[in-house]
Amino acid sequence: MAKVLDLPKLSPTMEEGQIAKWHKKEGDAVAVDDLLAEVETDKATMEYRSFDKGTLLKILAPAGSVVRLGEPVAILGTPGEDISNLAPGSSVHNAPAAAPGAAPEQSAPVAAAEPASSVGASGWIKASPYVRKLAREQGLDLVSVAGSGPNGRIVARDLSNAKPAKQAVSSETKTPTAAIAPRVESAGALAEPEARPLSMMRKAIARRLTESKQTVPHFYLTIDVDADALHNLREQINQDLASQGENAPKVSFNDLIVKACATALGRVPECNAQFTNDAILVHRRVDISVAVSVPDGLVTPVVRNADRKNVLSISAEVRDLAARAKAKKLAPEEMSNGTFSISNLGMYGIDAFAAVINPPEGAILAVGQVRREPVVKGDAVVPGRKLAMTLSCDHRVIDGAVGASFLRVLRQILEHPTQILLQ
Amino acid sequence: MSVMRFREAVRAAMIEEMERDSRVYLIGEEVGHYQGAYKVSEGMLERFGEKRVIDTPITESGFTGISIGAAMVGLRPIVEYMTWNFSAVAFDQILNNAAKLRQMSGGQLHVPIVFRAPNGSAKQVGSQHSHSMEHFYAHVPGLKVLAPATPADAKGLLKAAIRDDDPVLYMESETLYGVKGEVPEDPDFVLPMGVANVAREGTDVTIVSWSRMVHVSLEAANALEKEGISAEVIDLRSLRPLDEESLVRSVHKTHRAIVAHEGWPYGGVGAEVADRIQRLAFDDLDAPILRVTTRDVPMPYNAKLEQYVIPQAPRIVEAAKKVLYRA
Repeated sequence: MAKVLDLPKLSPTMEEGQIAKWHKKEGDAVAVDDLLAEVETDKATMEYRSFDKGTLLKILAPAGSVVRLGEPVAILGTPGEDISNLAPGSSVHNAPAAAPGAAPEQSAPVAAAEPASSVGASGWIKASPYVRKLAREQGLDLVSVAGSGPNGRIVARDLSNAKPAKQAVSSETKTPTAAIAPRVESAGALAEPEARPLSMMRKAIARRLTESKQTVPHFYLTIDVDADALHNLREQINQDLASQGENAPKVSFNDLIVKACATALGRVPECNAQFTNDAILVHRRVDISVAVSVPDGLVTPVVRNADRKNVLSISAEVRDLAARAKAKKLAPEEMSNGTFSISNLGMYGIDAFAAVINPPEGAILAVGQVRREPVVKGDAVVPGRKLAMTLSCDHRVIDGAVGASFLRVLRQILEHPTQILLQ
Repeated sequence: MSVMRFREAVRAAMIEEMERDSRVYLIGEEVGHYQGAYKVSEGMLERFGEKRVIDTPITESGFTGISIGAAMVGLRPIVEYMTWNFSAVAFDQILNNAAKLRQMSGGQLHVPIVFRAPNGSAKQVGSQHSHSMEHFYAHVPGLKVLAPATPADAKGLLKAAIRDDDPVLYMESETLYGVKGEVPEDPDFVLPMGVANVAREGTDVTIVSWSRMVHVSLEAANALEKEGISAEVIDLRSLRPLDEESLVRSVHKTHRAIVAHEGWPYGGVGAEVADRIQRLAFDDLDAPILRVTTRDVPMPYNAKLEQYVIPQAPRIVEAAKKVLYRA
């Protein structure tokens, strides 16, 4: 008995996936746990393995197509089986299994079963020429517009639905257009920008960060710590490690800061918390998300229980997570449920910056580079090192004084860094 | 102004031009003693005599060729076919002589001639007598093709055709002959060829049409109005030359266009209109241009099937809703 394979939930937050590659083709035998396809989710490229055995009779969602959760991607069965009543259209949007023998000759086009996505597999946005003209004139981004026309085509009414400011569209444009006619003409001669289609990851970043900045009341606290001792400690550690052998690991500033933050969060647990509508959840674990830049965006793998790990194991773990993040091989659970984030742009020469909170976490620490600069020691100005850090806090969870006390503890640890090793 | 039927407006144009210019004459089957197969030339034999209203045998190729020859040497014939279907017998004369002599003689010759006849479907005249010949002739450089929908346009355009120094093909319609309308009496009421008329203003969808189908399109526009859709009906009047400017102006306003005409869908004037619009108003289109045409079969004789094959208002309504994404 043939069955329709639906797109399963391959990451905790995925709502849709893009079929990256099929590993089986139509007619191939499939055993339980065989790799069927790779699916790009909002987090990573996931393996989609078969729960059933049989023969892959039909691929309904070819590589490149975007499929929503629970929508059909393939039909599995025995060779030669009649799968016409499993054809898309009868299985997806219509009443399921209504009449098993109903009108099999009705050749529903495959497209009809696909969700009405306006962005085709090639990244070409389906929009009417008139919509494109309006988008050019008004600087609209069509990627975010849902098309209501055939096959998801964006038509004029979709823009007016999206933008109630309709006067900009129709009759009343005439006066302003006439007034700036020469500019419009020269704008027509501008080179078209290169449109880079949104990856699943880019969509997720856009959605989550917009949500964060729009719904989380951010405020920012900055400290500039004396990093001389931290620098010296790191030099000492790396020297000692190097003397142990050629391929000895090295410890980065970031490794030390992750551990220092974990220690400070243990002492000020109010900053290791998240907001919910019913209660503030103060975590009993210190799981630090580390922002890692990857070719297409960024991900935040999590160092679990960082307060209970030593610097060397944190260092090794971060290195491993970052490497697998760049290869898109992280499992979704390795990138979710952190309790606090650290974003470090020091390696890019950034002195200081403010980061966007990674919901549902309550705070993120933005770390700059260790700067060589004159510092006042006693009554003398001497060469020294400074390190600026900005804490972005969710004000619903963390008040100014609480954030300040966390930073005071963090400064105390970083300026007396043997504590990092002793915890 | 006076109220006239379409056939009377055609007759008035011929009479006025024959009185204005003695080189103009009418020739065809039954145009004289029988008063015209559709009574268009009623009374003209009595008025102008047998030298200027000439009955012919059933010899379309012959009297077409004779008239082209007469035009080459200075007369201005009006050639009436019983219907445009029968012009097929004279097709070679029209295609290879009338249309080409000016160019092939390097401008030494020209052919000031009007061919006129009812065109398109009538009522149950069978597949061989229901052709929409404008599509064949509009294909040809060197020919002008007119297809008016109202008595006033019938008069103004026929006078323009008779005064033109090159061949003009003039499409009437058996089912339009009885249509009444106001017609200017001014003997110099001449309409320019190549200018369309906005038969009805609207904002949501443009329906392009000509001849009898203008009336069907207006019927569709009224039905659409009841559903809150404002349709603009463009009456092309002239199929070659074609008024691109009016098409672009309308689509710039409505962003959707359909073409409704008799005649088959493959190629033809409707396809030409669709090409001009997509080419000249591409950025204004919110939907593909749709055509409502005679279905792609020889015309059936059966009355119900015939009505099914000829475009009717509900099909135009349906197409309009489709380009508005309301279907």
